[in-house]
Amino acid sequence: GHPEIFPLVFTTKTQEIFDCRVLEDVTEENCFKLIKKEDIIQDLKTRAAISDFHPVKKVVLEYPGEELLVVFDAKFQYGQNFYLVASEEAKENLLKPPESNKENKEEKEEVEEKEENGEATPEVHPYKPPVRKPWVSLGSEKEVEEESVKDAVAKIKYMISRVRRKFGAPITFTDRNASHVNDSYLECTSYQDKAFSIKKLEKNVGIQMVPKVREASTQTKWTYPKNAATQYFPRQLSNEEKEESLSSKQLKEFFTSVHLRMEVALQQNEIMNAFFDDWKALAEDESSSGGKPDVYLKAYHSFTDLLYLKDRTISCVCWHPTIYGIIAVSARGPLYYEEQANLSDKSLLQQSVILFWSFFDPIHPQLMLECPEDIYCFQFSPSDPNIIAGGCINGQVVLWDISQHEEKLQNAKPDDDAMKMTAVNTVNASFLNVLQYNWMSGGKRGEVRTQVIQDSSIESPLVRYCAVSSIQYSHKKPVTDIHWLPDYSEDSQTGATFESRPGVRTQLVTCSPDSSILFWDIPATKLLEQPSSEKVREEEIFDIPLDVPDTLNPLDLCWKPLIKINLVESDTNTEYSPVRISLRELHYHYKISEKVQSLNTEVPVKESPYTEMSTPSSKNLKTLQNISTSFFVGTEDGEIVYSDWKMEMDSDPAKPVSQKHTQKHTIHTETINTLQRSPFFKDIVLSIGGRNFALWKEGVTTGPILQSSCSAGRYTAGQWSLTRPGVFFIGRDDGIIDIWDLLKKTYEPSHFQNISESMITFISPCIASPKQHLAVSDYLGVLHVLEICQTLSKASKNEHANVLDYFEREVKYLK
Amino acid sequence: AEVEETLKRIQGHKGVIATMVINAEGIPIRTTLDNSATLQYAGLLHQLTMKARSTVRDIDPQNDLTFLRIRSKKHEIMIAPDKEYLLIVVQNPCE
Repeated sequence: GHPEIFPLVFTTKTQEIFDCRVLEDVTEENCFKLIKKEDIIQDLKTRAAISDFHPVKKVVLEYPGEELLVVFDAKFQYGQNFYLVASEEAKENLLKPPESNKENKEEKEEVEEKEENGEATPEVHPYKPPVRKPWVSLGSEKEVEEESVKDAVAKIKYMISRVRRKFGAPITFTDRNASHVNDSYLECTSYQDKAFSIKKLEKNVGIQMVPKVREASTQTKWTYPKNAATQYFPRQLSNEEKEESLSSKQLKEFFTSVHLRMEVALQQNEIMNAFFDDWKALAEDESSSGGKPDVYLKAYHSFTDLLYLKDRTISCVCWHPTIYGIIAVSARGPLYYEEQANLSDKSLLQQSVILFWSFFDPIHPQLMLECPEDIYCFQFSPSDPNIIAGGCINGQVVLWDISQHEEKLQNAKPDDDAMKMTAVNTVNASFLNVLQYNWMSGGKRGEVRTQVIQDSSIESPLVRYCAVSSIQYSHKKPVTDIHWLPDYSEDSQTGATFESRPGVRTQLVTCSPDSSILFWDIPATKLLEQPSSEKVREEEIFDIPLDVPDTLNPLDLCWKPLIKINLVESDTNTEYSPVRISLRELHYHYKISEKVQSLNTEVPVKESPYTEMSTPSSKNLKTLQNISTSFFVGTEDGEIVYSDWKMEMDSDPAKPVSQKHTQKHTIHTETINTLQRSPFFKDIVLSIGGRNFALWKEGVTTGPILQSSCSAGRYTAGQWSLTRPGVFFIGRDDGIIDIWDLLKKTYEPSHFQNISESMITFISPCIASPKQHLAVSDYLGVLHVLEICQTLSKASKNEHANVLDYFEREVKYLK
Repeated sequence: AEVEETLKRIQGHKGVIATMVINAEGIPIRTTLDNSATLQYAGLLHQLTMKARSTVRDIDPQNDLTFLRIRSKKHEIMIAPDKEYLLIVVQNPCE
């Protein structure tokens, strides 16, 4: 409430007295009336109790000021129509604030009016910085005082100083015995003072946590990206650019300046080989002409198998073309074959096989190929060494495929532990064999081991033949010679011969004393198995459709030859019985590489001449030029026939084709056992029969260019050396090998060496390794592998040229 | 035409196996070999020629490479360098 406000009732009398008549002196607006205090007091005195001021008499008397404010309360705010303001302050306030309020009000009204009128122009009040106001304490000082920590006791300060000059002065130490002098050291031990105790008070400590900031730096390795480029494609110019540069002037200038130098250099090379080492060449010549006395064939290995080769001779020996150390041997009954056949109890043992020997395992044959009959001759296919073709005693031709065993052959490891023997289980599973073995190690160790054989599980796998020719279409007599030919075909329209798959040899030629020469094509299933990139040429050889590619049985006995040639002399109609045949390009170059040759890689055929054949083919293939159709044949009667045949245009396969031949010579007295072309000279043929041999040159019709005189022993086998053009080996029936070197002596062998006791049946050289080997088989079924010494194996520089010269001279003498 | 003649004459020399003309960047312009062998020869011999030339000039800046002959077991490679081109001839010197 307002303690200064005293509501009063003013009667009209009072109002007249004090001039505050309602609605006359005082109005609602003008409601203030100042009345002097003295007047009020006088009024009080005069009218004592009935004065309107009576209730407030005390207040009036106490009133400090002179004038009292009386306010007309029109609205009866305080209950009466007038009220008295008792204090000066209030009086002032009432009198003045209305004025100031009025002022503010006026301002406010103005503002309000403006605001009400519209907010079109908001007035920006000028920024009035906050006016500093006096601090008004609200009691927080006390709290701060309480919380703040002040030192209760003034801190004691000690200052210890030392004379400046004593700093850094040299120190002098003296010794003093600590125990002697009493007061050498003073001790001030601590003790508990009972009179003094310090009470530990709790003290408030203000703590502020501040993160500790520490600066550190490090240097890192900055890998910055750098552009790199690789060229993966050779830069080439387009044809137009090439043309442009070719015709440019600069090129002409270039050539004018350069060609002289180049020609000088080329001519220098032609004139003389500047790097020719005379010294070295001299040494070589010396060695060949001086003639080292010890030309020898060193015995390396000797293989025999008592089981399969018992009472048998080796008819043919062939080295595996690609795998080093593998040699295959075919066995047949000896000449008194018929008697053998009658012995029934030996029939089980006489399973005809071709044995594969490995250098590393002299006792176990690595592989055995099952033959229907005794094999007279066989050959590895030059393009795929897994295909082997063999000719049987009864005239059939057999094919084997040993691709599954190829791995095994390649991995034939040296086996020093020669204690095991193989048990035979080929024909009869229950057939056990206990044999004794004699392994002679070629004279090196001289031991003779006899071992008792236990049957073990290791046996040589027996591979069955995969194709055998039909009996009625084969030869009637033993197939005495078999060779592989490159794959040819002929377009029946033009009659030209093509080589459908260069390098792939899939055709065979066989000859037999039944006066026929047969050309065979490998059965198509074999071709399908061979991964060839070219299409398989389809031949209608077989009556049975080959829709079962994997089984081999349909091919048995159904294989027919392509062409049959009857060797009949047209004039006299006498038949020849060829024993050996030699076609022109029969010397194969086996590509000996690290990996096994597969048909995917084409073997480059180096020799160009080919023989013509007529076989129907519907494909258009590349024509071959310079086809020669001639061949040499050695007969049973010792004649050498050089023949030719012309193809009829519409000759059917398997029909006898007549031919005319040009010459025949009878030099030898007995069956020709070898007819071989020289590996170095395509037109030189060696023929061996009876007691002499002869060298023939194709094209020279008058006779052999060299003919040997009768020798001491009968010649039974022979082969050219594969490395030296003028050397060949001839085997005799007394087990001696004659080595003929045409450059040394042509009338007698330059060297001979005794190899075995029995007749030599076959010789085969091999150049697969740096040490060359010669495989010699003898009548008793033993295969000797000999190492050819270096003089015999290494050709001298000019040997080829010299031998060629020799042949040419001989030809000249003949004329 | 003269260029052809010269090339033919060089190619006709005894024992020449291959002839190649390479530009300054090692790209073959004219060759008698098959493509892959040419590219191989071109790349390798170009680098070798550059190296040889820089060797000669390092030793004596007034000098320059005129001819480069590489004799190997089987044949001889002859390179005649010039400012913009390179003539490479491979010859088999032995008869």
